[in-house]
Amino acid sequence: MTDTEARLDQIRGAMPPRPHNARTIAALTANPGCVRRAILDAAGVDKPRLAAASGFPAPFGQSRFAIARGNAFEALVKADGCAELLRLLRDKLGLPIPEASYADLEDVAGSTSLPVRHARTRQLVTRTAGSGADAGTLFDHPLLTLEVGGRLAYLEPDLIAFRLRDRFHVVEIKSFAAIDGQADPDKVAAAAIQSAVYVLAMRELLARSGRDPDLVADEVVLVCPKDFANRPVGALLDVRKQLTVLQRQLSRLALIADLVELYPPGISLDLAMDETGVPRRAASELAAALEIFPARYSPECLASCEMCRFCRHEARATTAALGRAVREELGGVEYVDTALRLADGEAKPGGGQHDAAALLRTAARLRAESLAAAG
Amino acid sequence: MTGVPTTAGAAARGGTVSAASLAVAAADQVIADLAAGHRAVVVDSPPGAGKSALVVRAARALAGAGEPVMLVAQTNGQVDDLVDRLASAALVRSGSAGLAGAAGAVAGPIGRLCGQDYVPSARVRRHAGVTVSTEIGDLADCVVVVGTAAKWATVRAGAWSCAWAVVDEAYQMRSDLLLRIAGQFDRALLVGDPGQLDPFATVDIDRWAGLTWDPMQSAVEVLLRHNPDVVVRRLPVSWRLPPSAVPVVAEAFYPFGGFAAGSGPGDRRLAFSSSSLWRDEPVDAALSLAVQTGWALYELPARHTVRTDSEAVQACAALAARLLQRGCVAYSEAHPGGMPAGADRIAIGTAHRDQARAIRNALGPALAAVTVDTANRLQGREFDVTIVLHPLSGRVDATAFHLEAGRLCVLASRHRHACIVVARAGIPELLDAYPSTEPVHLNVPAKFPDGWEANQAVMAHLTGHRVSAR
Amino acid sequence: MSTLTALARAQARMADVAQRVATVRHVHIGTRPMVLVPLALAGEANAPLAALVGDDPATPRLFVVSQPRNRDERFAFAAELASVIVPYVEGFAATTEQVPAERGETRARSLDAPQLVLPNRAGIAFTRLLGRSTRFRRPDGDHPVDPAVPVLGRWLSFLTERAEHPGSCLMLAATEALSLHWASGQSELEDLNLATLLAWIDPPPGVGGAAAAAVGEDPLASPPAGPVTDPGFDNDVLAPLIDAFARTTEAARSESGASAELGHAAVRRARSALERALTGQLLPTWQLVWRALELLRELPAGDHVARRWEADRDAFTGYAAYLRDGGLPQPRRDGAVAAARRLNWLERAQASFAAQRAFDDPLVMAEYRMTGEAFAGQVVAADPGRVSEGAKRRVLRPWITVATADPVLVMPGTVVTSPARRGQKAQVISVTAAVAPGPVHPVMLEAGNGASGPALVALELSGGMGRGLVAPPGSVPEPGERVCYSTLTADYLPIAEFPPPEQTPWTHGGPPAPYEPDDEDAAEDWS
Ligand code: SF4
Repeated sequence: MTDTEARLDQIRGAMPPRPHNARTIAALTANPGCVRRAILDAAGVDKPRLAAASGFPAPFGQSRFAIARGNAFEALVKADGCAELLRLLRDKLGLPIPEASYADLEDVAGSTSLPVRHARTRQLVTRTAGSGADAGTLFDHPLLTLEVGGRLAYLEPDLIAFRLRDRFHVVEIKSFAAIDGQADPDKVAAAAIQSAVYVLAMRELLARSGRDPDLVADEVVLVCPKDFANRPVGALLDVRKQLTVLQRQLSRLALIADLVELYPPGISLDLAMDETGVPRRAASELAAALEIFPARYSPECLASCEMCRFCRHEARATTAALGRAVREELGGVEYVDTALRLADGEAKPGGGQHDAAALLRTAARLRAESLAAAG
Repeated sequence: MTGVPTTAGAAARGGTVSAASLAVAAADQVIADLAAGHRAVVVDSPPGAGKSALVVRAARALAGAGEPVMLVAQTNGQVDDLVDRLASAALVRSGSAGLAGAAGAVAGPIGRLCGQDYVPSARVRRHAGVTVSTEIGDLADCVVVVGTAAKWATVRAGAWSCAWAVVDEAYQMRSDLLLRIAGQFDRALLVGDPGQLDPFATVDIDRWAGLTWDPMQSAVEVLLRHNPDVVVRRLPVSWRLPPSAVPVVAEAFYPFGGFAAGSGPGDRRLAFSSSSLWRDEPVDAALSLAVQTGWALYELPARHTVRTDSEAVQACAALAARLLQRGCVAYSEAHPGGMPAGADRIAIGTAHRDQARAIRNALGPALAAVTVDTANRLQGREFDVTIVLHPLSGRVDATAFHLEAGRLCVLASRHRHACIVVARAGIPELLDAYPSTEPVHLNVPAKFPDGWEANQAVMAHLTGHRVSAR
Repeated sequence: MSTLTALARAQARMADVAQRVATVRHVHIGTRPMVLVPLALAGEANAPLAALVGDDPATPRLFVVSQPRNRDERFAFAAELASVIVPYVEGFAATTEQVPAERGETRARSLDAPQLVLPNRAGIAFTRLLGRSTRFRRPDGDHPVDPAVPVLGRWLSFLTERAEHPGSCLMLAATEALSLHWASGQSELEDLNLATLLAWIDPPPGVGGAAAAAVGEDPLASPPAGPVTDPGFDNDVLAPLIDAFARTTEAARSESGASAELGHAAVRRARSALERALTGQLLPTWQLVWRALELLRELPAGDHVARRWEADRDAFTGYAAYLRDGGLPQPRRDGAVAAARRLNWLERAQASFAAQRAFDDPLVMAEYRMTGEAFAGQVVAADPGRVSEGAKRRVLRPWITVATADPVLVMPGTVVTSPARRGQKAQVISVTAAVAPGPVHPVMLEAGNGASGPALVALELSGGMGRGLVAPPGSVPEPGERVCYSTLTADYLPIAEFPPPEQTPWTHGGPPAPYEPDDEDAAEDWS
């Protein structure tokens, strides 16, 4: 075990590391400048639990209805050996799939263990990749791996289709609707980056097996319900940009060692309970430990990170908490009260604050003047 | 993503002779395309690749075929430039430049179609053969009529029609404007630089996302989406950018089609006439580096600043002032004996108008001849030396605006000799911290180059040319 | 986000209460607005769950879909909604006035127009889809629906399209209308939550904005304003109630006689339990929307509000007439010409809305002064009698000089106007600008630069002074007068000409097939 791993283990404490999945890997790109998040993710800390234990539970929940809808749609698309999906791939996307075969990799000879399933996926995928022409295949429940910050993450794409224009295509099934050809752009963006994780994992699998990674297309097939009904419709998503972003973030994770080095040893965010079921560390202790790792809070965190309420509370006196654009417009001054004191001329601008002070004073003057003019 | 040199680029490395012949061949190809029965021809041109020359040549060739030609540019300044070039090239004897089989003498007046408030510029007034009018009816006898797209759009339906339109700066023209003028011509040659700034709309709305006729996209995009078989050509040689700039600009902003430098490695050179003025100071160090390598990054200490960071503003002004104090002379293939790079050959480029204003103020009346403007307004212009206030300098967060590839591309590709970038330290970290949460619309082609990556590429290059300001 | 708004947010944070960013009201608040608070079933594209609707704060109508995945129930819901909204909307078309039109003619304009108010943007987006999923339906054919349903669809589609139009007030989102007038001490993203935004603007007595917003964020204390429901409510309350309702309905169906009576009573109980729960989620938002309208109404209206409302009334009158004449439902997407034309409208509306707000409101004008597109100051010199040689004759062209502390960005040659003298143009002759503060680079000091002080702007005036060579008193600003000039113009930009759709050029795909709503549209699944 390297020093860094030992340090990360110490930070996490007695709890087992929380495995990554496509969603959490995709989330690495949401606020890559945040050291706190980088360390929590690298250590595999259970962020939702940590958030709750430190007194600021994450405001995220999932509705039963949404889950049910998602499952029902996926089942519909995959029913009868993906009959609906094949129709879609053939008709709508004009992709030539001759005789498609279908392989369900969910359980392998009765075993659902992850390594066994992954080995099976790998075997089938590499065989298909080498089999030349006639390999129209849909792999259902494949199991891929990706190394994330030195740890292996298991990933389960919805489907992988081969032999669409001689390429493996990742198929992502989502239950948000595409109405008149357009779907919620934020949801599509999330789907694109998740699919990019799968593309990356597939490429690594092929590369490890000595095959050409470019056999995996950088276009993925997004399948979602059409208009207001249940009929699936497909769209091709170009994920080249997402791939470069991901690759860059993954390679930055490798720099975690340097990051961890910056902080004193002995920091622990242990969430374990003692024998009586009482958390070993009090909320205040956890909070104090968390605050050692600098955060980079902005309101966007509220939609993307489980620690958001904690960080928002911590950042409440900053201009960043009012929005990144607000901080920018206030000349990059970090704290609300500093900005206001500079604006009032109460505070003397410190080093490098002259421009900001002048800007804020002008703004304050204009505001006061205009409010006065209006009576 | 690397800038794969095209065969043109690879071949051109041998020297300027083959670059020149490649460029001629490319232009000849375009002229030949015009006679080949295509409905439209699109020509992608990297910075300074002879776009205007091609537009003029094409207009002459088409006019030689006996039909009036409609020439469209985006601003009055661009239109006047084209009029000037056309009139100077005198519409007689198009010779080898004529359409295959249609060569021959053409003589005829040039029309300058303009709006009510237009005042003819000197370069238009000096040509007797140019008729200026707000009414297309007054220009019926002209063989080529030139106007802005906005003016053409006001021409009454049926008042004008022609076989060919030649559209310059077509990547900066919005789809809805093309829609308004497209009824006036049967065929079109669209020429433009795909790396520069996209046209923009003042409303932020995704109502038309995914539609092939989305009115907010560029004229070229809409044309290609409806006519996928249109021929797209590329001009292979930049005559403006020096060999030191071509690989950087090509890799960062033209990932799918590189281009070569028209000048050879030794052709472009800068020197100072009064070398005694040199001082051991960062400003001079940056100038020296730029003179030697074509690039310099004048790096101010990291700090979050307001947009008009006065230190950065002062640095830009000081670099320009010092360059002029020391008497910069530019040697090039066109002027092997050297030409003074005076104030009119220097530009300072910014992202925002208030930055440009602050720099103008800092320069004061004595240096008022130095061009200071935003990227938007520097599009299509050319200087010997440019000084660029980096859009991300001093920002706390990168935003889509600051990352826009076209903006940086314009700023980094206006120079014939050297480009000096002024920035606060910390831009690479800023880029690393950028959250990639751009929304994605179905059926909207992904845009390349990606601004974030283009910025990374340029910064990676500049890091090797850093001079830190004390 | 501008520096002024950012500063207002910072001040709000410090003062613990929202700060004004407008001194007058920029939206029209109707005499009889109708509020609609919709809820949708999570995970579905557009499955209505419930709605409160009405034009009287005291008596909202509640409509509930007890089996949200049931097609018939959805259409029944749409029909119920139509029974309230359609008569409300169409009622306004009944009384019109004649107003002057082009070429000396007159045309009808309804005296007033409907105003549908939703809690937030997401509510408008939901309404748009509700319009989209109902406007193509037909009362006849294989999939007949209540005749009011497609009419509702068309009106909702019309209103949501108008909501994209800058300055239009036929359909408002309460959060947006509030944000136009107040800056809260939280972020723009958090302002999307009506409860927290109102908490900052109008906190309960004795409670600070931040504390009130914290309550507004708690889904138990303040149910979300929708249309998405709180997942906790879905899982713990809604799902069991929907299941119970389905169970009792099923049971009642298989019973007969006395036990059937019992069964029906059980169904009624299950239904009213569901209605109670949903009312509990909807009512707080309903009250917040009405409170928002009250707060807005208290502000004095800006000068141009009435004019924009006239444009709204015109648009409404036009669409009502179109529907009366049997107009087709709006197509699914804009064609090439329609899209370009609409973009032109929107950009024009945007420009004039921005300019009008600045003219009506010094605090909005201050935003332009901050960015240098406007400046205000004192006239320090004037030559009111200055005459210059025009092209044909001598013309009156007074000069004035304005001293301003504002950062002036306008360049010589630019034409500016003053809100106080809108008919008069002023051309910038010269700007002696103040130098930005901060250190001056030594190289620049050598170059002899270092001036500072307020900027002096010299202006040449034309227009608004009669025809003679002597300016009437008051038409030229006098020394000492405070003036404000900006590059904004309240005039509408010229309307662009577009080819008719049937002449769509080849660059844009050529003429489209003429639009005919087909049976497929009418039969579209809504499941
Ligand atoms: S919520 Fe906190 S930990 Fe999470 S990304 Fe934001 S600042 Fe970092």
